[in-house]
Amino acid sequence: MIDHLTVKAVRAGLQKKQFSALELTHAYLKRIHEHNPRLNAYISVNDEEALQQAQAADERIAKGDDTPVLGLPMAIKDVLSTKGLRTTAGSRMLENYVPTWDATCVANLRSAGAIFLGKTNTDEFAMGSSTENSAYGVTHNPHDESRVPGGSSGGSAVAVAANLCVVALGTDTGGSVRQPAAYCGITGLKNTYGRVSRYGLIAYGSSLDSVGVLAKNAEDAAIINSVIAGHDPKDSTSIHSPVPNYVDEINSLKSKIQNLRIGVPKEYFIGGLQPDVENAVREGVRAFERMGAVVKEISLPTTHLGLPVYYLIATAEASSNLSRFDGVKYGLRVNGDDLIDMYGKTRQAGFGDEVKRRIMLGTYALSAGYYDAYYIRAQKVRTLIKQDFERAYQEVDIIMTPVAPTTAFKIGEKVEDPLQMYLTDVFSVTLNLAGNCGISVPCGFDQQKLPIGMQLMGPALGETQLLSAAHTYQFSTFN
Amino acid sequence: MLTSEQVNRVAHLARLALTEDEKQRYARQLSAILDYAEQLANVDVSHVPPTATVLPVRSVVREADVVNQLLTRDEVLKNAPRSDGESFEVAAAITESS
Repeated sequence: MIDHLTVKAVRAGLQKKQFSALELTHAYLKRIHEHNPRLNAYISVNDEEALQQAQAADERIAKGDDTPVLGLPMAIKDVLSTKGLRTTAGSRMLENYVPTWDATCVANLRSAGAIFLGKTNTDEFAMGSSTENSAYGVTHNPHDESRVPGGSSGGSAVAVAANLCVVALGTDTGGSVRQPAAYCGITGLKNTYGRVSRYGLIAYGSSLDSVGVLAKNAEDAAIINSVIAGHDPKDSTSIHSPVPNYVDEINSLKSKIQNLRIGVPKEYFIGGLQPDVENAVREGVRAFERMGAVVKEISLPTTHLGLPVYYLIATAEASSNLSRFDGVKYGLRVNGDDLIDMYGKTRQAGFGDEVKRRIMLGTYALSAGYYDAYYIRAQKVRTLIKQDFERAYQEVDIIMTPVAPTTAFKIGEKVEDPLQMYLTDVFSVTLNLAGNCGISVPCGFDQQKLPIGMQLMGPALGETQLLSAAHTYQFSTFN
Repeated sequence: MLTSEQVNRVAHLARLALTEDEKQRYARQLSAILDYAEQLANVDVSHVPPTATVLPVRSVVREADVVNQLLTRDEVLKNAPRSDGESFEVAAAITESS
């Protein structure tokens, strides 16, 4: 019943009474319990509450109620707070943490009648590119279980790709929605900074963090985005701008591929790019050209500076954000001789290796004597990166690139060398630094049958155009 | 290469207790990452303002301070590793000897 079900198909099936929300939820939970021990996509499965939510959804449907997500079984990345449901952020620090409130995006979905099947695995505090940094074990890529699913939203990507949910929420600070979507062969939308409230998102890099959607296709991402996007008084950085009806827009904008101006930046097609990835992305660009788009090569000369800027700014912000884990208000506490000793021991025991490394790096970059040379300098180069994009969007509407230089790598391959791991983010971090939106769209497979993703990047609040372009591409390719 | 003194200083600032093994490993790994970041030193940023946020900065007139739905004390203390039911329990921050 549930293989490859989309958000749209669920709504239609529920309306036509092909199945009830309760039947659907039972089917997903059964599948989760069958496959999750092997794939480890979920940290927590929400059996009891999910069935209650399903029952409530069926009652609402019986009364004639209708929302785009009523009775929709979905998954939530475990860095998003869920009231009454354990939220670990992939960390031992929060092993027993049960939020007393919902993240705003979660609250929107809850009141619209979505069903939460569980919380998905993530690199600890979303710090990682492979989901290997989770305290709850690595998640396995369903296309090849010896490989990583990407990260940090690896659990959400696998849950969608392996039909352990219909759709899932993720978060993206430097590529954490787009890259796992690419590695798992699904669609991943990274919203413009501030488009979706960050309230209730356990903070990593606050000037970069954004909530996104991992979905079977762009239309599903559009449906979910219509529910979660919008201004939130609880997040002072959320944008005051009306939320488009993404679904109507993408279905009415189909003809707009005609004369769509696509930029292909030469700096994203460099040494180290897997040939299969380059070929598939270039073929994707040609597909748009055949549909009437106008393609031109452009230059984003600061591209290579994105990684060092990202890893200084994100870790600086993380070192500040994670100071809240002090063994007092929530989370783990390890007793010490005095207060300082308690802090140190608690954080030693609660944080994993990568989180400690990033806290150390960020603290160093912010410390007296290094602040100007590292942190402020990184913020200045960030300005140049942002200006590069602003210049580019004067001459093109969207930019197309690979999501990552390679397809999914082997579990364990990069864990010994953090810098090598960071390099997998080379094509995704610039977007976060500029605060723009992007979408990862499957565009083929490499010789080992591993999925390849292409990245469509847009300016701030360009979600409608990106979703529309991705939807048209998927419609023309697969129908 | 970061010195062990630098690593100790940063670890103290970050309130992280580290094992000797971690200190040595982080000194090595952070040095490699900082070497990589050195390429930023070659960029001319003399006339470039820093970007702290991508959002347009605007002044906001403070709105009326309305009390919204609040968490109860029990809810606030629910996740505390130690509490006496009314407040968080924590070792003294200031003692007579300090």
